[in-house]
Amino acid sequence: MSTASTSTTTTPVDAAAAGREQSAVAQAAKRAVLRRRAAIWAGRIGFAVLVLGGWEVGARTNVIDPFFFGQPSGVWSALVNLFQNGTEFGSVYENIWVTMQEALFGFGIGAVAGVIVGVTLGQSRFLADVFGPYIKIVNAIPRIVLGSIFIVAFGIGTLPKILLAAVLVFFIVFFNAFQGVREVDRNILANAKVLGASRLQVTKHVIVPSALTWIIASLHSAFGFAIVGALVGEVLGAQQGLGLIIKNAQNNFDPNTVFAAMLIISVLVLVAEWVIEKLEHYLLSWRPAAPSEASNAI
Amino acid sequence: MADANNGRIEIEGVTKRFLTPSGDVFTAIKDVSFTVEPGQFCAVVGPTGCGKSTTLGMVSGLDKPSEGTVKVGGKVVDGITDGVSFMFQADALLPWKTVLANVALGPIFKGASKAEAQARARDWLRRVGLAGFEDRYPHQLSGGMRKRVAMAAALINEPKILMMDEPFGALDVQTKAIMSNELLGLWEQSRPAVLFITHDLDEAVALADKVVVMTSSPGTVKAVYDIDLPRPRGSVQEIRFEPRFLELQHQIWDTLREEVERAYARTAGGPTEEGKAA
Repeated sequence: MSTASTSTTTTPVDAAAAGREQSAVAQAAKRAVLRRRAAIWAGRIGFAVLVLGGWEVGARTNVIDPFFFGQPSGVWSALVNLFQNGTEFGSVYENIWVTMQEALFGFGIGAVAGVIVGVTLGQSRFLADVFGPYIKIVNAIPRIVLGSIFIVAFGIGTLPKILLAAVLVFFIVFFNAFQGVREVDRNILANAKVLGASRLQVTKHVIVPSALTWIIASLHSAFGFAIVGALVGEVLGAQQGLGLIIKNAQNNFDPNTVFAAMLIISVLVLVAEWVIEKLEHYLLSWRPAAPSEASNAI
Repeated sequence: MADANNGRIEIEGVTKRFLTPSGDVFTAIKDVSFTVEPGQFCAVVGPTGCGKSTTLGMVSGLDKPSEGTVKVGGKVVDGITDGVSFMFQADALLPWKTVLANVALGPIFKGASKAEAQARARDWLRRVGLAGFEDRYPHQLSGGMRKRVAMAAALINEPKILMMDEPFGALDVQTKAIMSNELLGLWEQSRPAVLFITHDLDEAVALADKVVVMTSSPGTVKAVYDIDLPRPRGSVQEIRFEPRFLELQHQIWDTLREEVERAYARTAGGPTEEGKAA
């Protein structure tokens, strides 16, 4: 940079040389970035080969008992089998869809309720003080156990799974929304009030956008919990779903199918994570950009 | 609304006490009385922690006095005072809104339509010299530019009272001088009453019609000075060399120095030092 700025005061020959030098620097930086990226990918693939290869070799040499712990090649054939032949509860797509439906509905209900309750309690000191201890108590309860009650009360359809997922999601989103509202900048709040904003306007223009950073961050982990809620509900009792496939495989001493179902679920979560990330990008587009990888390399 | 044009601020015998987290009563300001006439530029100077900001909070209606009354336009303040705008040292801009949307907030809160609010916001951004920056976000602007946005946002509702809590405290000296000049220019157009808090005495004398000196905690009014420098004053950098400015500056500094030293000894020396002095 310094060569470029001084070159304006020197002769044209120097300026041309400085320009060449600068483009050489830029190219070197680009090469450094590419090299770094290649090294990262080599590391990633190497790690996967090490873990999966180690597991496969261990299973074949009986260091790891494949009867209990499966083996990568077995997981792969179980996966192929699931997609080609389906399961005794219908095709694998049907089962995926059932689980996804439960998780998505639970996620939606839990997240909306969490935001509403969190924003309301966050704004009212009185309500927060009244309900604070109860919320702590409910949060300390292992809520996953509620699944049993929901199954008994609502049968083995999709409703109890949706409820279980919603309960798990609610608390995560609620705590974040609540904290986000508490962290709103005092000056901004005072300024909006002095400018004549009504309570509703303060909520709409100041509090919710401010808490959004917190809420969105919580949605990442919340979706994982929605899936957990749906799966546990299915394991406890269901007619269809990935949880049921896992339970059935467990009863048949078939670890490979359990791992295969696990793999499917993790792909689903990754897809959902990607969607949430897009949403985050869109909603929080006002945030300053993080410094790029390229500038780190130089 | 009958008093819409009357921005007279009357602070009468106001005391404000807070309960500290440890349960003690802390008196922030004690028996403070002074008046700001409509259209008057009043600066309040005093050492750190003398309750200057507390006073502003009570005039705006964000806070209530423990004793005494605050009247604006002849009416006792109860709830948010109508026709007041605020400017803080820290940015009170919404980082998730563009510059235009930030400035348009004032009219929107008052019930204007979005189109009308944006038209007025555009006009104000032009007045503070930020035409062409409407679609930027606050973090994309320099500190001085953000101050201009805050100024436009504060003035767009045409307040009868403008309250400024060390508005230029975080700026570098050059930017501060430029912003002070711009503030004076804009103020002379609409002439709201201004309550300007600062600990920079030069800034206070250069800008204000009246300087209120406060003592350190509990804050009380120590002295009030009328600044008889003629208006329009022109550049704040140049007025600093006028004999009358220096005379007033020395006079007020003599009063202020004692308080500043006392406040400094308290924070720097700790409680033992204070015990010895008492």
